[in-house]
Amino acid sequence: MSLIVKKVAQLITVFIFLYGIYIIVHGHLTPGGGFAGGAILAGAYILQILAFGRDPLHLKKKETGASISESISILTVLILAVVGLFIGTKVFFNNYLPSGKIGELVSAGTIPLYNILIGIEVAAALLTIFLALIIYKEEIE
Amino acid sequence: MNSLIPLFIIIPLATAFVIPIIGKLTSSFAKIITPAILLILCYFSISFLLSSNQESYIVGGWQAINDIPIGIYLVLDGFSKLILCIISILGFLVSIYAITYIKEYTSKNNFYALFCLMVAGMNGVVLSGDIFNLFVFLEISVIASYALVAFGVGKKELEASFKYQVLGNIASFLILFSVALLYWQTKTLNIADISNILKTHDSTAFLTFTQILLITGFGLKAAIIPFHAWLPDAHSSAPSPVSAMLSGVLIKAIGVYVIIRLFFNMFVFTYDIAVTITVLGALSMIIGALLAINQKDIKRLLAYSSISQIGYIIIGFGIGMMILSKGGKQSIAVLAIAGSLFHMINHSVFKGLLFLGAGAVEYRTNTRDMGQLGGLSENMPITSTTTLGASMAISGIPPFNGFFSKLIIIIAAVQANLYVLAALAVIVSIITLVYFLKYQKSVFYGENRNFKKVKEVPFAMSFSMIILAILCLGLSLIAIPSVREIVLDQAVNSLIDMDKYINLVIQH
Repeated sequence: MSLIVKKVAQLITVFIFLYGIYIIVHGHLTPGGGFAGGAILAGAYILQILAFGRDPLHLKKKETGASISESISILTVLILAVVGLFIGTKVFFNNYLPSGKIGELVSAGTIPLYNILIGIEVAAALLTIFLALIIYKEEIE
Repeated sequence: MNSLIPLFIIIPLATAFVIPIIGKLTSSFAKIITPAILLILCYFSISFLLSSNQESYIVGGWQAINDIPIGIYLVLDGFSKLILCIISILGFLVSIYAITYIKEYTSKNNFYALFCLMVAGMNGVVLSGDIFNLFVFLEISVIASYALVAFGVGKKELEASFKYQVLGNIASFLILFSVALLYWQTKTLNIADISNILKTHDSTAFLTFTQILLITGFGLKAAIIPFHAWLPDAHSSAPSPVSAMLSGVLIKAIGVYVIIRLFFNMFVFTYDIAVTITVLGALSMIIGALLAINQKDIKRLLAYSSISQIGYIIIGFGIGMMILSKGGKQSIAVLAIAGSLFHMINHSVFKGLLFLGAGAVEYRTNTRDMGQLGGLSENMPITSTTTLGASMAISGIPPFNGFFSKLIIIIAAVQANLYVLAALAVIVSIITLVYFLKYQKSVFYGENRNFKKVKEVPFAMSFSMIILAILCLGLSLIAIPSVREIVLDQAVNSLIDMDKYINLVIQH
C-alpha cells in the first residue's frame, strides 16, 4: 500500500480502537456492549493488517496469539461464573460483586467484567477468522 | 444435589477451551482429559437416573416474581435424565475409540475441543427449560458438528458439510422464527410458563402455524423423511467416531427430544398434529429402509438406516399422542411412549456400534465400497462379531435389545387399533434384516479378494465396540418390568403428566 494509505490507517486506527473500548466498558449503561465493541476492535486490527503488508509467517504467529487469547477470555468468563457457585447465594452466574449506583461507570457488579471479556473474545474470534482466510489465500498462491 | 446440574454444561464447555491452550504444550492432554470428563459425567448422569428427585435450577439466582419465572431455568426431569445418560455413555465410549482412530488426522486438539463443545451444546439443549436458551445451545452443538463433519477436509467432506450447513441454517431460521412468534403471543420464553398460558388459549390458526414451523425446523434437525437430504452425506463423510455421535445422539438430542419435549410439555397437542407426526414417522420408517437397500457405501447404508429407525421412535410417540389427544386408554399411550424411549436408547447403542465397526473396517482397509470389501470376518474377528450383534439388534432378532423395543411399539400399535401401522413396522423390520444381511455378506463374509493381510484394530477401538456389544445384549433387560420401572417410568411419567413439569419450574 502507498504511504498515504499507511499514514491515514495509522491515524484512524487509534480512534477506532478507543471507540471500541468505549463501547465495551459502557456496555451496561448505553446500547452496545461486548459483542458490538469487540467487532469494532477487530475492525481496527484488520485495518492495520490490510494497510501494512501480509507476511504469512508473521500472520500465523498472530493467529496463534488470537486463538489463545480467545480461549483464555472464555475460560475467564466461565471461572467468574463458577465463582458464583461459592459466594453469596451459591448459584451459577451469581452476581456477587456490589452493584453500586445506577448510571456510574463502575457499577452493576460482574456485568462489566463479562462485557470486557466478551469484547476480547469477539475481537479475537473475528480476527482469527480473518487471518485464517488470508493465510489460506497466501498458501494457495 | 442441587448445585450439580450446571456442571453438565460447565465441565465440557471449560474442557473445550482448555484443550487449545494446554494442548499446545503437551499433545497427549486432549486425549486423556476428554474421556476423563465424560466418565465423570457418566457417573453423575447414572446417579441422577437412579435417584428419584427431579428439580429445576435457576441460573444467576433470579427468583420468580408473582410466580412468573424471569431467569434462565435448567430443568432436570425424568426425560432429560435419560437423554443425559445416553449422551455421556456414548460420548465416553466414542472418545476412547477416537484416541487411535484420530491419529491419522492432523490437528487432533481441534477435534477434541469441537467434540467437547458438541457435548456441552447437547447437554444444554437437554437441560434448558427456556426455549430461547435451547436455541442457543442447539446452535452451539450444530456449529461444532458442521466443523466436525468437514474434519477430513477432502472434497466430499466439504461438500457434505456445506449441504448440512445450508439445510441446518434453514432449520435454525425456522426455529428462531417460531420462537419469536411464540414470544409475541405469550410474552414469555420459559417453557413451563408458555404452557401455563397456552392452556387457557383456544387452539388458533396462529398456534397451528407455529407448531408446523417447529415440526419443520426440528424435523430438519432430526432428519425425518421429507427433510432428510443432508443426513446421508453428512453422516457418511464425517470421521467414524463423529458419525457415531451424530447418528447415535445428536439427531435425538436436538431433533426428536425437542419435538417431544415441546409437544408433550408445552403445547396442548391436537389430534391433527398427532396424526401429522405419526405419518411423518411412518414415511421416514418406510422410505429410509427402502433407500438403504441399494447403497454401495457402508456408512451411507447405515445413515439411511438411521432415518428409518428414527421413524420407529417417532411413530411410537405419535401413537401415544393420538391416544392421549382422543382421551383413549392411558395405559396404551404409556406403552407406546415407553417403547419409543426404549428404542431411542437402543438405537443410540447399536447405531453407535455399527458406525464404530464401519470405522474400524475403513481404518484397516481405507475403503467403504461394498464391492471391494468381503471376507473380513477371519481377519477382524472382534469387529465382525460385534457388528453382527448390532446388525441382529437393529433388525429385531431376539434376544437382542432391538427386538423388545420394536415389539413394544408394535403391541402398542395393535392395541390402539392401528393395524396398518403395526403391519408396516413388521415389514420394515424385515427389510432392515434384508439390508443388514447384505451388509454382513458383502463386508465380513463371502470371498476375501483384496484384503488378505488386514489385522484386527488396536485395543482402544475394540474396547469401545465390545462394551457397546455387551450393552446391546444387556439392555434387553429393560423389558423386565422391575428394571423398566427404574429406567423408563420416570421419563414416561414426566412426559404424560404436563402439570408435573410446570410444577417443577413454577412452584420452586
